[in-house]
Amino acid sequence: MAVKLAKVKSVGSAQSPLLGAAMFSPAVLYILLIIGAPFVLAVFYAFSDARIASTEIHYVGLENFRSILQSPGFRQALQNSIVFTVVAVAIVVICSTMLSLALEEPFWGRGLVRFLILLPFVAPVSLGTIGWKWILDSIYSVITWVLVQMHFFTPFNAPMWLGEPRLAMGSVICVHCWRLIPFATVVMLAGSGAIPREIPEAASIDGAGFWRTLFQIKIPMMLPIILVAVLFSTVFTFTDMTVVFILTAGGPFDSTQTLPSLAFATGIQGSDLAAGAAISLFLVPVLVAVAFFMLRVASRAEVT
Amino acid sequence: MAVVETRNVTKVFKEGELGAVNNVSLVTHEGEFLVFLGPSGSGKTTLLRMIAGLETPTAGEILIGGRVVNNLTPRERRIAMVFQSYALYPHLSVYKNIAFPLKAQNVPKAQHRQKVEWAAGLLGIGRLLDRKPRELSGGERQRVALARAIVREPAVFLLDEPLSNLDAKLRASAREELEQFHKNVGTTTIYVTHDQVEAMAMGDRVVVLHQGTVRQIGTPKEVYEDPADTFVATFLGSPPMNLLEFSDIIVGFRPEGFLPSDLVPGSKQVTFRYRIKYVEYLGAERVLYGNIEGGSFESKEIISRLSWNMPSGYEAGAVHDFSVAESDLRFFDRKTEKRTHPKPYPWQ
Repeated sequence: MAVKLAKVKSVGSAQSPLLGAAMFSPAVLYILLIIGAPFVLAVFYAFSDARIASTEIHYVGLENFRSILQSPGFRQALQNSIVFTVVAVAIVVICSTMLSLALEEPFWGRGLVRFLILLPFVAPVSLGTIGWKWILDSIYSVITWVLVQMHFFTPFNAPMWLGEPRLAMGSVICVHCWRLIPFATVVMLAGSGAIPREIPEAASIDGAGFWRTLFQIKIPMMLPIILVAVLFSTVFTFTDMTVVFILTAGGPFDSTQTLPSLAFATGIQGSDLAAGAAISLFLVPVLVAVAFFMLRVASRAEVT
Repeated sequence: MAVVETRNVTKVFKEGELGAVNNVSLVTHEGEFLVFLGPSGSGKTTLLRMIAGLETPTAGEILIGGRVVNNLTPRERRIAMVFQSYALYPHLSVYKNIAFPLKAQNVPKAQHRQKVEWAAGLLGIGRLLDRKPRELSGGERQRVALARAIVREPAVFLLDEPLSNLDAKLRASAREELEQFHKNVGTTTIYVTHDQVEAMAMGDRVVVLHQGTVRQIGTPKEVYEDPADTFVATFLGSPPMNLLEFSDIIVGFRPEGFLPSDLVPGSKQVTFRYRIKYVEYLGAERVLYGNIEGGSFESKEIISRLSWNMPSGYEAGAVHDFSVAESDLRFFDRKTEKRTHPKPYPWQ
């Protein structure tokens, strides 16, 4: 009888709204404190003249937005962000699709190859990027050293990977791809693994060769998962500032400055909190639009 | 149209293990409907996949139309296959599914519509051409898969359990349609199934496979009435053949041949005292489970099958005289389990 009572009681308390709220609250607190509060603060700052070390704060309306839209630095950063995102995502999607299809077929050592490909994603971003900073260094670069040894360059006209505008952008994109490809590959592997074995077999019996099977059967069937990879890669790339900040800090001549790194440089390093917040807010509509578009396409795609 | 032949074909998936298919040699006839029948794991699908070119034989040769095709791709073999899951392309409409083989084999585009409509008309799916596979029922999907297979007029049809995903009622009508379809098209067809009813009903000949070896090839009548060994004897027929072991032989007879003595025609018959344990009423027939009383087969379990128009009154617990005509007896060697000649035998 006592046992029965205890049981009834525990069931009753599990249904009480208080316990439910208590169990739910960590998630709500997390969202409110870590995401909600900074976002509200950023919106608030963007319409003010807040500066670091200033105790006064005034509402200035759209003044911050007007001034950053007129600044050439912002336009440059917006353009860089778009180039950085479009090129990096394109490379990531193409490479990860190829990798996932290659890693599907069993071959000797596949497990090891999969592990090695995943490694860059597991390593901390900053450590990996610092490694790349040395690999691309103007004096100690191993890449330059190899090229010099192979007589492509003399030590005096060797490329400055992070010191010339176009090369610097290329380097930043490459390092970012190095970091994102493993993630995208794992996503794609899930997608290509979901294609039943009979479908490519049926295609081969129907007379389709490798390319036709790939482009007319496999990739269309993987399209929803490819779109997921594109969505995540776009968001990760557009909002990323670690790689840029560690490798080039936006230089040379702002040629690799992206919106997140410009916001950081303006708001934190340049102590103009209001302008930094306004720049950050520019990311929001772009990302919302991207997310909306991608989810729409993904939900429309045909899968059984 | 073409003849398919396998010569000592063997497939071993893992070295050192027993092969999935062992030393199989068989030849189809021109335009024949040949059925591979066997329990799961008997190697029938593996054999079919080797003929299709989806698996490479470990040893042996496969010939289609007199040409060794071991090193040819599925495309070059001019075969068509229908998979158990149908393997329709989910992102393509029915029209595009059926047109895919034409596209893949570079048939001029102008002929596509006419050929697709011909194939779709043959299977009665003309009105479904704009649908996607997920909007179709199981039976419709199966027809689309067949239409996709027939559209480029292949030399050989390979069907891998195409009816097993359909419900029982649909399966019977689909079976009839398939038979009709084969009659119309006349293409050599190899059909894999584990369902003996399908095999008996559809096959011109049946290949009975067990553990990767061919146990018997013959018409449905031959494999049913003259099984080559005890495996075939018990695998075909439901309930299976009764087997009685004695010294170096095994004697077998079908349950429908083991009847109340006064119903067995002819004077040459073997009679047992039969105690009925329980009766299964199946409408068109009754299946009696019981055992022999007395004699050298005391308490051997035996099944009898009475059709609906035979006298009733055979209830559980009763003991009757049941007989089997001597011409209905089949003899097997006890060691090899292969068929042997009839032997005179002191029955009681």
